Parts: sequence; structure tokens; C-alpha cells
Amino acid sequence: MAAVVVLLIALAAIGGLYSAVAPTGQAKADESAQSLTITEGQRLYSVGCASCHGTGGQGSSDGPSLVGVGAAAVDFQVSTGRMPAATAQGAQIPKKRNIYSQAQIDQLATYIASLGTGPSVPTEAQYGPEGADIAKGGELFRTNCAQCHNFTGHGGALTHGKFAPDLEGVAPKHIYEAMQTGPQNMPSFPDTTMSEKNKKDIIAYLDAVNGDDTVEPGGLSLGGLGPVSEGLFAWIFGLGALIAVAVWVAARTAKAKKS
Amino acid sequence: MSSQDIPEENLPAVQAASHAEHEHGAVGVADEKNPFADPGLPPHEHRVQDIDERAAKRSERAVALMFTLSMVATVAFIVSYVVIPKDKAIFVFPIGHLSALNFALGLSLGLALFLIGAGAVHWARTLMSDEELVDERHAISAPPEVKAKVLADFKQGAKESAIGRRKLVRNTMFGALALFPLSGVMLLRDLGPLPGTKLRHTLWSKGKLLVNMNTNEPLRPSDIAVGSLTFVKPEGLEEDDHEFQTEIAKSAVMIVRIQPDEIKDKQELDWSYQGIVAYSKICTHVGCPISLYEQQTHHVLCPCHQSTFDLSDGARVIFGPAGHPLPQLRIGVNDQGYLEALGDFSEPVGPAFWERG
Amino acid sequence: MSTTPNTDARSSREKAPAGERVADWADGRLGIYSLAKANMRKIFPDHWSFMLGEVCMYSFIIIILTGVYLTLFFHPSMNEVEYHGSYIPLQGQLMSEAFNSTMHISFDVRGGLLIRQIHHWAALIFVAAMMIHMMRVFFTGAFRKPREVNWLFGWLLLVLSLFTGFTGYSLPDDLLSGTGVRFIEGVLLSVPIVGTYLSFFIFGGEFPGGDFVARFYSVHILLLPGIMLGLMVAHLILVFYHKHTQFAGPGKTNNNVVGMPLLPVYMAKAGGFFFLVFGVIAVIAAIASINPIWAMGPYRPDQVSTGAQPDWYMGFAEGLVRVMPGWEINLWGHTLVLGVFIPIVVFPLVLVAIAVYPFIESWVTGDKNEHHILDRPRNTPTRTGFGVAWLAAYFVMLIGGGNDLWATHFHLSINAITWFVRIGFFVIPVLAFIATKRICLGLQRRDKDKVLHGRESGIIKRLPHGEFIEVHEPLSQEALHTLTAHHQYEPAMIGATVDENGVERKVSGAEKLRAKLSKSYYGEDSQIPKPTAEEYKEITSGHGHH
Repeated sequence: MAAVVVLLIALAAIGGLYSAVAPTGQAKADESAQSLTITEGQRLYSVGCASCHGTGGQGSSDGPSLVGVGAAAVDFQVSTGRMPAATAQGAQIPKKRNIYSQAQIDQLATYIASLGTGPSVPTEAQYGPEGADIAKGGELFRTNCAQCHNFTGHGGALTHGKFAPDLEGVAPKHIYEAMQTGPQNMPSFPDTTMSEKNKKDIIAYLDAVNGDDTVEPGGLSLGGLGPVSEGLFAWIFGLGALIAVAVWVAARTAKAKKS
Repeated sequence: MSSQDIPEENLPAVQAASHAEHEHGAVGVADEKNPFADPGLPPHEHRVQDIDERAAKRSERAVALMFTLSMVATVAFIVSYVVIPKDKAIFVFPIGHLSALNFALGLSLGLALFLIGAGAVHWARTLMSDEELVDERHAISAPPEVKAKVLADFKQGAKESAIGRRKLVRNTMFGALALFPLSGVMLLRDLGPLPGTKLRHTLWSKGKLLVNMNTNEPLRPSDIAVGSLTFVKPEGLEEDDHEFQTEIAKSAVMIVRIQPDEIKDKQELDWSYQGIVAYSKICTHVGCPISLYEQQTHHVLCPCHQSTFDLSDGARVIFGPAGHPLPQLRIGVNDQGYLEALGDFSEPVGPAFWERG
Repeated sequence: MSTTPNTDARSSREKAPAGERVADWADGRLGIYSLAKANMRKIFPDHWSFMLGEVCMYSFIIIILTGVYLTLFFHPSMNEVEYHGSYIPLQGQLMSEAFNSTMHISFDVRGGLLIRQIHHWAALIFVAAMMIHMMRVFFTGAFRKPREVNWLFGWLLLVLSLFTGFTGYSLPDDLLSGTGVRFIEGVLLSVPIVGTYLSFFIFGGEFPGGDFVARFYSVHILLLPGIMLGLMVAHLILVFYHKHTQFAGPGKTNNNVVGMPLLPVYMAKAGGFFFLVFGVIAVIAAIASINPIWAMGPYRPDQVSTGAQPDWYMGFAEGLVRVMPGWEINLWGHTLVLGVFIPIVVFPLVLVAIAVYPFIESWVTGDKNEHHILDRPRNTPTRTGFGVAWLAAYFVMLIGGGNDLWATHFHLSINAITWFVRIGFFVIPVLAFIATKRICLGLQRRDKDKVLHGRESGIIKRLPHGEFIEVHEPLSQEALHTLTAHHQYEPAMIGATVDENGVERKVSGAEKLRAKLSKSYYGEDSQIPKPTAEEYKEITSGHGHH
């Protein structure tokens, strides 16, 4: 019984801590909890980030300044595993497994947000599907995003080995954050030029055309890459099957002697 | 198979021997002089179906089964057409979620057709004679006497027409035949208007506000963050306008903000507003809407043919097949603090053309 | 059959079966008996590669059938409408009627999507089959006299199919095809002097205007397919008239054709093959999506998607355009857009190279004979080398045309791929030519060894003095004949340059070129002399002493 009580108290404490830090930048956050979180975040920062971004987030030759990038940038970069980056970088820092807990990421985010104001982590109400206009999202996606990420977000090439990643399976929150903060070479689409509603619409569109339950009426989407994969399919499976059939049609039937 | 119940004369060896007597097309026999002589068509060998009626029956049943299954598939097609709602989706491993109707109709139609073909081919391969036959070829060219006759006929006809003698008739006829197609060419004239200077002008002009494509609102300089990318259209152009497609094809513009000290080209800086630069979104190669902007390098790549422009250096071409920089739109801020164009593009946007100069 | 005595009596006297009477009727008007006499038991040789042309013909027929169905629903108009069909992610979007009606076909006509997909898949397979059919004809030398004209017909069919395919791809007015049409505008504008006018005439003014869908439509469904249908019929008539070629073999000569009769075997095989082709394409259309225009959205000239590619058969042209440096010359107030114009001139030239090849080869050989026995590719190393070099260039350019997808899927740099293609276009065909020729010569040598020494039996024997040898089985007479049936040309020499009076005659450049080409085709380095009867006798009699 005692163990249960302790566990409940511990859970309540964690919950309280979480509710204090989760809505980062919201006015109701308690001052002291905030400063505690910032201290924790700074500790994490000095271990995982400071070697490239400088001890105070001012940046160095190895990493840009983080002053003013905001909590959203931290949440995106760290929870998609892009940060901390490996030292030997290719053309672009890839997505990888995230090694931080959400609580740690929030602490880091709070610390970076304290260095200068920037976009805060979006809430479910901002990126959730309620009230989104999918068709408008499609139009916005084709205007702003498809040129790099392809019609339905399957990604594409940029210069010198850089690429716009495939958006399949990317969490709505991270899509929202990426639009807001413009990670790496992606330009940002701040609220001043692309409204919150615009972003919500885009995310809803992506979920409709590139989600887990997306219906491809015609069958195999062949990667959603367009005519190149269709051409390969036509050659390999179309013509391949027809040649196999032709071989059968033209072959001589087995002779009795051989049977 | 056992050969017990097959009449002896039907056995392959006997058949081949009797066949050899009337061998068709035996051409040569190998001898000292010509060791590689054509030995002629090899004797015909029988298939199981030719000598064993039970095997032939099996083939017959197989063919009939295929034809029958084809009928079943056609019925399945009709049933699917009637029964399956057109918006029903199903999950089929490993394809994924797809339209149930399309899948059912396609498979049943495909099977119905394939089985007809497979039945016919199996029939041909197992039950029709498989004895090779020989057709002789005949020379394609006509024999000399035919040729002589044709030439004589032609000369006779030409002579009777008097085309060689009455040169006036001939020449005027050629003239008439050569001229009349011109009317056909003339008729094509109204396919389109003459270009005039249309390719040199867009909707942009002095004082036109830069309207955000996303929100349909004019923009203030403070809206444009460094590293952001925004697409704008000229004030007054709406999506449901009759000429929208044709106008946006020329006047689509992208806006980025670069730290003024990073802008290398002097004119670019002059034409910008506090580092906010507006460039035509239409690639100067063949007109794709170029906009793959890399905010760290300031390079913009065309997704169609990979022309790459440096937006921090007058949109100079740094890679790919484009022949000249993207035109820049000169911008400023009006009295209300909104971004406005200070005139039209100073050069034609989009692909180069002969009169561009 | 039991009938009344009256009719019974008549039929025994004069009345033929019903089918025969119909045939008599037709013969009296159309002369069908004479036609059937020559063709009903026409002989066709059996070989799978001889059916590739049938794949082309059948996919063309499938395209026509499904295309007619699609015209029943498609509206070739660019009037703007708002979408209110069943596909949610496009609700309320503005689009042309062309796009709207294609959406209607795909989502609201039962089976419409299937027919659309069959139509498009069949189109891709049609062009692919033509390419591979042409490769078969090329590598086996089936284009030689008397079939040069048919080669040209086939070539024209291929070229027209590229245009038919492209105009069809443009009809739905989706974002991908619109991008392709804009590319055409850029290409037209690049034409010196008349380019701007061409573009204005084709688009009815400035791009995109409101006309091109309707104009492309009549070209796509009427003009080009009409010409193609005529060409295809002519192609077929010539195939019947020339009778099919065949591979060398026992009993097969240049003066006969050995195979199965049209009635019944080829009636069943070729007729059945139509259903097989249709069935395979229908199944593909059931399981694989093609050109999902709903995912691409309606065309807007200010929107684009990465990975914007044409259908595969335009990939070669796309590659040329992508890797061309951006050359632009401005002189006297005019612009010469070489960066676009050169690729679109090179593209048809590369195609024309195929068209004229038979005439070049017959000029080099000077051979005026009919050829009905096919070459094995190894026995004509230079021709095979040219063919492979052409394919290599084509393939390199296909890589160029899809450089963005190669970059993302193989983690390469687009710029590196582009440079690879720029250099590879010139280098790789040369390497392919050299390698192919060597492989062919190696195979010729192996054939010669086989003829002279027999087939390796896999049996190892120990000779009395301890040496191990592999027993070689002598080839059958059939195999000996097949391997030595090909004709080997002598390289053409420049004739005497000094006549009997000692007067030197001028050797024309063409003559020198011909001699040079002929040497590269048939010189010592280009073919292994066939085994002669003497060599064979010497070796076979020598074997007796072992």
C-alpha cells in the first residue's frame, strides 16, 4: 500500500512538473519552476550542445547561434534526432533516433527560449486536424512545399547532395515546427506570412494524402514519385511479364520422347 | 507415361522413320567437300498428346477449364460492377489501401481476358498439329518482261497525255499545285495573335502591392523574416479571374530576406528593401516555377532541370541549363507601410526567346 | 440433319453449307478466296522475339479501345470550374474542365479509373515494346533488303507514338502535365527567328491560354492515331508480303520460311496472345496506380512539384535538356537560346540515326541481295557494337532525365550526376562499343572452337601417358550447319587508282570513307573467319590418331 502511495505522489510530482514546463512561454508557468527547468536545460545543453553552439548559445564555427531560435526549433531538432549532430556531417544532417526524453527536450527548449524570444512549441490545437480545410491545405502545399517535398510529400533532391526529406510518418507537431523555424536549408514560413490556420490546413492535407490510412485508389503508389517509377514498373513488370508470356506462346511443346 | 497401350505405328521411332521418306526440304548431305551442309529439316517428333489420347483429353479439359474460368471471371466483373460501391476502399497486402471497385474490376477483367488467351494458346500448343511446314519464298522484284511491259505502258500513257509536249499545260499545272497549299497555311494564321511585346510585360507596375499568396493580404517588411520564403502576386489578381492562369504564369514572384551585408550584387541591394528581395518565380530556362530555396546558401534550384541561381548575387546562374539570371522586381514601401513594386520587371521574365535581345 | 424431302433434294443438288454460301457471296464481291489462298496457311516461324511486334500491335489496339471509352467522358476544355466530386482533398478547388472530367472518370465513373489506368499503362508498354521490337530487328539484321521500308514505317510509328504519348499526357491539365506543357513552351520559344510566333500560334496566345487542351486533344485522338493506324496496317501488309524472317537452322534457307500455318496454329496463338496482353495489362491496372492526377492537383503556372518528369519515353530528351550547359548568345538584339535549342535538335538527330542505319549498312556492304535469314548479333560485331553504343547513350541520358531521383535514392549529389552524364554521354558509348565488339568476337571464337573441336562434354579422361583431357563430343550435323550458316563479307577495297594507261584517277572521299567503314565492319579485327572444310577435316581426322 505504501508503495502505491509513493508511486502516486511521484507521478503527481512529475505530472505537476510536466504541466509547468510543457506549455512553454505561457504566462501561467510558475516563476520558480521555470527557473528550475532552465537550470536543468542549461545542464543538458552544456553536455550535449555547447561544444558546437558555444557555452551561452552564441554559436561557433561548428554551429549557428541559438539565440532567438525558440523552443520550437529545439523541440524539432532534438526530438527528430537531428541534434545533437554527429561530428562528421555529410551534405545535410539526417534524421536519426532521438536519445532524449520529452521532459529533457522540454528543459532544453525552455533554456534556449530564455536566451531570446522565438517560436514556441505548438499545441495540439494548432496542428490537430479539427477545423482544418484539407483542400485549401492542398493548394498551400502545392504553392509552398511541393517544389521541394513532392506532390504528396515524398521528398526530393536539392543541390550538392542535400535533400528535402520524405514527410511520411513525420509527426504533425514536427511538421508545424519545421514550417515555423526552417531547419537547416529549409526556409521558414513564419506566422506573419503563413498563418496558423494555413499550417493546420497543410498538415491536414498531408495526413490525407500521405498518412497511414491514405487510400491510393489505383493501387500501388510506386513511391509516389511519378513517371520515373511508373516507367520502370512498365518495363520490368509490364514488358517483363509480356515477354515471359511470349516465350511460353512461342516455345515448342515437349516431345513425347523426352517424357 | 507407359507406351503399352499405344499402337505400335504411333510410337515416335516408327513415325520418324516413315516420316524420313518424304522429308521436306532436305537440302544437302554433308560430304568431304562441304562438312557443314544443311542436313534439311529434322524429322517431326510427336508430342505426348499426338500419341496418347488420354493426354490429349487432359489438354482438352485444361483448355475447357480455362475458358470456363474466363466465363466465371466475366460474371465476377459484372457482379463487382453492380455490387461494390465506387468509394469503398479495402486493404490488400502488400499493395495497401486501394479502391475495391478498381481492384475487383481489374482483376476479374484481367483474368477473363488472360484465360481466353491462355486457353487458346494451350489449345494451339497441345492439340493442334505442331508439324513444321515450309513455304517457299518468291523473288519480290518483277521479272524483266514484266518490268519492260510496265515501262512501255508508262511511256505510252505519258505520251498520250502529251505532258512532255505541251509544256505550258505542265508548267501551269505544277504552278497551280504548288500554290494552292498556301491557302491552307493562311488558314493557320488565326491560331493565335502575334506576340507583339506581350512577353515583355507583366501585371506588375509602380505602386502595385505585393499580395501574399497564402493569406491574400498585402505584406509589411516586418512580416518577412530572414530565412523565410514567401510567394506573392500583384495586387488585384484573383484566382477566379479569367486571365489568372496566363497572368500568374508571368507575374509569380518569390520573396526572401537576406542580411543586407550578405548581398553581393550592388543592383540587387539597391532594388531590395532592407534586404528583402523579390525575384521572378519563373525559371529563365524553360519556365518552371523555380522555388527550391536553400536559406543557408541562398541558392534556389529549379525542380525541372536543376538550374541553380544565387539569390544573394543577383540571381546569377551557378549551375544547370539556364542561360541568364532571374529577373528581379524592384520593391519599396508605400505610405501605409506595405511592400509595393516600384515598376514592372526591367526585362522579360521566363525563358529566353529570339526577340528578347 | 433431318429436313423435309424438298430441301434435302435441293441441298444434295446445289446448296452448300451456310458458311460456304456467305463466303461465296463475299468472294463474288471481294475476291476473298484468292486472298485466302495466299494467306490462310501462311507460315510463321516460332520464336518468342518474333512476338514483340505483336505486343506493340495489341497494346496499340488496347489503347484505341480504352481511349474511345475515355472520350465518352472527357471534356477537352480549359474553362474554369469548381470541383465538387467525391475526392475530398480537392473540394472547392478551381480547375479546368479537362481536369475536372478526368477526376470524374477516376472517381465517379464506375470502372473509369480502371480504363484510365489500362490506357496509360498500355501506352507506356506500347512504346517500351516498340523499342525492344526495334532492338530485335536491329540486332538480328532483319532491317536488310527487302525490309528497309518496313523499318522506316516502324520507325515512324515510334516517333509518332512519342508525340501521341506526350499530347495524351498533357490532356488532364494536372500540375505535372502542365509543367511538361510549359517546358514545350520554353522549347518553342528557343527556336530561332520563328519561335515566339510558333508558341503564340500553338497556345493561341500567351501560355497557357485557354486553347491547348482542345488542340492537343484533336491531335491526340484523331490526327496522330489515324496516321499511326494507317502505318501499322501498312507495316503488317509488308510483314505478310515479305514473309517473316527466320534464324538459321537445318532446313531453313534464304528461300523458304519454316514454321506453323496461320490457320489454325497462329490464329490461336496470335489471337490468344492479344487476350494475354490485354489480361496482363488489365491486372497491372488493377494493382498499380499510374498518373494519380488527384495527388498532383490541377495545373497552376506558379506551382510545381519536385520530381517533375515526363513519361519514360521522353526521358532521353529530358536528360539532354537537363545536362546541357546554359549557353545563350545575344547578338544584334536577338537571343539564340542554345541551351535549349541544341538538345531539341540533338534529340531528333539521335532518332534519325536509327532510321537511316539500314541504308548506311547496305552502302557499306554494297550487298544487293535479299536477306531472310537472321544474323546472330555476335556474327556482326560492328553493327551490334553500334546498337549497344546507341543504347548506352540512351541509357545515360535516361539517368540524366531522372537525376533528381537518382540523387535522392542513391544519396548522391545532383551536380555530380549531371557531370557524370555530361561526360558519360560521350565516353560510355565508346566503351560500350569496344566492349561489345570484343564480346562478340569472343563468342565467334567459341563457336568456331565448338565446330572444330566439338562440345565440351564435362567428361574427364586420362590418357595412357597420364595427361587429363576433357572429352569433346562432335556436334550434330544440324548444329554444325547452324553455326556456320552466316555469310562473312570481305572488306571493300578502294579499286585500282591507276588505270591501264597509267593515268591516276581521283579517289572520292565517299569511296575512301566506304572502304574505311567496310574495314571496320569486316576487317580482320572485326570478324573471326568461319571454320573451313579443310580445317574441319584436318582436325577431325587428326582426332582419329589419338
